[in-house]
Amino acid sequence: MKYVDEYRDSTLAKPLVDELQRAVTKPLRVMEVCGSHTMAIFRNGLRTILPEGMELVSGPGCPVCVTSASHMDAFIAMADQPGVRVTIFGDLFRVPGTHTSLAIASSRGAKVDIVYSPMDALDLAEKNPGELVIFLGVGFETTTPGIAATILAAKNRNISNFVVFSTQKLMPPPMIALLSDPALKIDGLLCPGHVSSIIGAGAWEPLAKDYNLACVVGGFETADLLKSLILLAKQVGSEEIKVENVYPRAVAWEGNARACKMVDEIFKPTDMDWRGLGNIPLSGLKIRSKYSSFDAEQRLDIDLPKAEEPKGCMCGEILKGLSTPNECPLFDTRCTPANPIGPCMVSSEGTCAAYHKYGRDL
Amino acid sequence: MCLAIPMRVTKVQGDPDDFLSNQIATVDADGISKEIRLDIIDHWPAVGDYVIIHAGFAIHSLIEEEALKNISLLRELAENTPEELLS
Amino acid sequence: MSEKTVLLDHGSGGLASQQLISDLFLKYLDSPILRSLEDSAILDNQPGRLAFTTDSYVVDPLFFPGGDIGKLAVHGTINDLAMRGARPLCLSLGLILEEGFPLADLEKVIISIAEACNETGTPIVTGDTKVVPRGKADKVFINTSGIGHVDEDIDISSKNAKEGDAIILSGTMGDHGITIMTRRAGISVQGNLLSDTMPLHRLVAILLKELPHGSIHSLRDPTRGGVASTLNEVAENSGLCIEISDEALPVRPEVNAACELLGLEPLYLANEGKCLVVVSGNQADKALEVMRSTPEGKEAAIIGHLIAGKAGRVIINTPVGGARVVMPLHGMPLPRIC
Repeated sequence: MKYVDEYRDSTLAKPLVDELQRAVTKPLRVMEVCGSHTMAIFRNGLRTILPEGMELVSGPGCPVCVTSASHMDAFIAMADQPGVRVTIFGDLFRVPGTHTSLAIASSRGAKVDIVYSPMDALDLAEKNPGELVIFLGVGFETTTPGIAATILAAKNRNISNFVVFSTQKLMPPPMIALLSDPALKIDGLLCPGHVSSIIGAGAWEPLAKDYNLACVVGGFETADLLKSLILLAKQVGSEEIKVENVYPRAVAWEGNARACKMVDEIFKPTDMDWRGLGNIPLSGLKIRSKYSSFDAEQRLDIDLPKAEEPKGCMCGEILKGLSTPNECPLFDTRCTPANPIGPCMVSSEGTCAAYHKYGRDL
Repeated sequence: MCLAIPMRVTKVQGDPDDFLSNQIATVDADGISKEIRLDIIDHWPAVGDYVIIHAGFAIHSLIEEEALKNISLLRELAENTPEELLS
Repeated sequence: MSEKTVLLDHGSGGLASQQLISDLFLKYLDSPILRSLEDSAILDNQPGRLAFTTDSYVVDPLFFPGGDIGKLAVHGTINDLAMRGARPLCLSLGLILEEGFPLADLEKVIISIAEACNETGTPIVTGDTKVVPRGKADKVFINTSGIGHVDEDIDISSKNAKEGDAIILSGTMGDHGITIMTRRAGISVQGNLLSDTMPLHRLVAILLKELPHGSIHSLRDPTRGGVASTLNEVAENSGLCIEISDEALPVRPEVNAACELLGLEPLYLANEGKCLVVVSGNQADKALEVMRSTPEGKEAAIIGHLIAGKAGRVIINTPVGGARVVMPLHGMPLPRIC
């Protein structure tokens, strides 16, 4: 694929691996915020060739992992209602709530459809006028504009049996919350590439300035990842801390104004529950009252009970980058991809799933 | 999070200034194709342009100049690596 | 005029059933043994060892680019026989039909089965049909069992894999799995995606003929669960470690692109016309040459080796010089977007 294969070329990558070895001049801990970065790093086997002194920790950027158990419970309760069809991204299918999952709800007869795009969910609503089609919105800044555009399309196409349950989340607020925790010791941030396509590379400047954190916005292919890590190591080495964008083919400094405007039209900031991180002020998005007829929370009587975090599960610590999956007593014993307990094991990009799949000792 | 890939635009429909028009593009990559939405793209693409696709929406028009500069910088970095350091 | 459909009567065992057999099944699947319509088929004068296998086929959609449920049902069972070094002899055909299934579609499936049987020289010799009420099954479910001959001195099993053996994949990965998945509403992708369903008994026969006796240790077809899961089974059964190379894995560009779009990995997608050949290291090049000379194996590649190491482990070496463990598939592959 053009603009993908070039960046996977091993003749390009191998010298970059050597360059990375030289760039690390003192110990550093880097957090990769984005779940797709976590996956790409594992897929490339980069952890096995990292220079000594460089440590990678995975951050809270897997939307499925940070979806709270009470939101999952609400999703499942909605799916169980007669006349309802819930539509989801595939990742959400096996995520456990307090007692059950959408996969189990589906086996009991709930209508659960996996879609590629929220627009496909809207098409399903149009084809099934007798049902209420609910799109279960999870995701960060990258995904939210498309959901906003879908709500607007539902209004324009007069499709009244389509609603969205928004658990949309924002990336910078939890990062600031994490960085305010003195227990968290990180030197650099591999900033999420496609979130930055929307909010712009410049959105990370406060983190660099206020927290003296090296920030590099990086892509997802081998050369992108290596170049990002090289620049992070160099910044930390030189102590010249700033935001660098090594993913300019997908990310502009100022971001995507059109997408941001679309989001602002439909959504407004709200406090949001994060699994493992708790409630973070103004870290989520809810549907504005002007569009309340497309808001599942307004259309259906939804009770959001306080959910209990599974006992012994260290997903919270893992999401904060304070622990690795290997330190969790449940990891690979009671908690496996076939029988996940914590959300980090459920999503294929969850930290625990990635460790399970790629990170076992060779 | 946020899986997204570049694909080439082969057809554009709709009016960039009219949200009510069906803002749709057909995109392809290596022999597959898909209809995607242009509702949230930053710069309206022309046929032949590459766009970054996430969940059925184009989220960014890839700037070829930037991509070429990006890759040539990476190549330069790779080529300038001293021979004796190459494993 | 409404289209003709399968009725509960067609499964009654009465005249309607007989009509279905004579007008449809025997019309296309004619063989002397089947025509006798006895309760079981007698296979006269069979020499030596027999391989016996069974498999059931459920797929949605029934018809897809590159094949249909009928072709799968014949090829899949033939391939299961071939993977033990057997020459397929004959098949049984069991059909479970949903009331209301269009007879025209049933006819298409039967014609497809007949074509696959004729092309492979493997007749249907016995069969059965049941009809269940609408909603109790999805259109048509097929079971085929197969019997094949195995020469006395053939011993092919994944427990025979040895340290130093090479692993050859007979062609590209994931073609069937991605084709089926991208037919589904909600995650559809257009383009040149084609199922790879194909019989592999000829490829196996040529390999066994051309290579020194005993040098083919194991044959496996990586169907559901993909190459990743099958390699894990070989590693498990042989008590060895498998090392494969990322760059050596053959994947069609369009399959790769669809996987990138949907967040899937070709290593975990089903194949219906591919086999993994575990061959003595010193015969690997010869085996590759033989395979590449056949239509089934023209894109074959040596993808890895069996090595000493942690028993049951599969490791993939990445292009940057890194490595990771390849786990078997858990549950079904799901597209991801986040």
